[in-house]
Amino acid sequence: METTDNKAWSPYVAGSLTGLVIIVSAWIAGNYFGASTCFVRVSGFIEQLFSPSKVATMDYFKWFGPKVDWQVMMVLGILIGAFISSLADGSFKVKAVPDMWAERFGPSPVKRSAFAFLGGIILMFGARMAGGCPSGYGLGAMVQLAVSGLIVVMCFFAGGIAFAQIIYRGGGNK
Amino acid sequence: MNTGTLINGLITGIIFGFLLQKGRVVRYDKQMGALRLKDMTILKFFFSAILTGMVGVQVLHMMGIAKPLILPANIGANIIGGLTFGLGWSIVGYCPGTSLGALGEGRTDAFWGILGMLFGAAAFAEIYPKFETSILTWGREGSITLPEVMGVNPWVVIIVFIGVGLALFRFLEKKGL
Repeated sequence: METTDNKAWSPYVAGSLTGLVIIVSAWIAGNYFGASTCFVRVSGFIEQLFSPSKVATMDYFKWFGPKVDWQVMMVLGILIGAFISSLADGSFKVKAVPDMWAERFGPSPVKRSAFAFLGGIILMFGARMAGGCPSGYGLGAMVQLAVSGLIVVMCFFAGGIAFAQIIYRGGGNK
Repeated sequence: MNTGTLINGLITGIIFGFLLQKGRVVRYDKQMGALRLKDMTILKFFFSAILTGMVGVQVLHMMGIAKPLILPANIGANIIGGLTFGLGWSIVGYCPGTSLGALGEGRTDAFWGILGMLFGAAAFAEIYPKFETSILTWGREGSITLPEVMGVNPWVVIIVFIGVGLALFRFLEKKGL
């Protein structure tokens, strides 16, 4: 598990600074945070490579069509920003199996990859059903006091906490 | 979509990713730590960002500088989708935004999570017409906000959120979470 990590910033500080970024991006670009819509756009883009005529007729891709927009670039930026930050403070580490997972489910990278893939499918299916993810509903909708934001964020955590108790029952006491 | 907007998005994302990584909230152990109620780092980060953002965004709305963009409340789909997300989240251990950040700090399992998320998005697009006439019509309330529903000034809601948030932070620090 993590020992001392003195290069980390307090989550209160990093979070509050993120709040400032949210404000500035609403101000300058008129955009609110979100991340899951761009997964729809990219999936549409990939599907288009195989069957363009089918994608063109699908209603959902009429709403969230395959295109590069502010949010696609923003999410791409998260990858780059985390890469820069982790290289700069030496916390970058190529790792296929997280410690907590290994402790409960064993060190197999194949097993971890398969479940990460499966979990990803379920998660995004739910996010699109709900209409967004923690970025869109928490950092985008809750900051605007939307009723939807409060309901969905509570359900994210309620579901996540309940299922995590089940999945981790009987093991991984750390 | 002009180039300026795209560059703005990229820069915003780079700063956001930097802060997510610095706060150590992108990794599996932190995400699952919160869902297992053992390490609330991500909750502290998340609510600090929301509380700060709330105040500034409200000022921008009141001054007419930024237009509100309220995601509609489709209560049935919000609840079912939110809980489904929770199930997937407890397995993959990353959310859509943090999965990219986790990959950025070298966590290669996040790649498989991202691939799964793309499949999940495609699957939803496929089934969407069926939901459009069912689940997505349950409890459709439109773009409503808490101050509207409660009939109070937005600042009252914000002050309550801040009060609850600070009490939560105090509780977490006391418990050493």
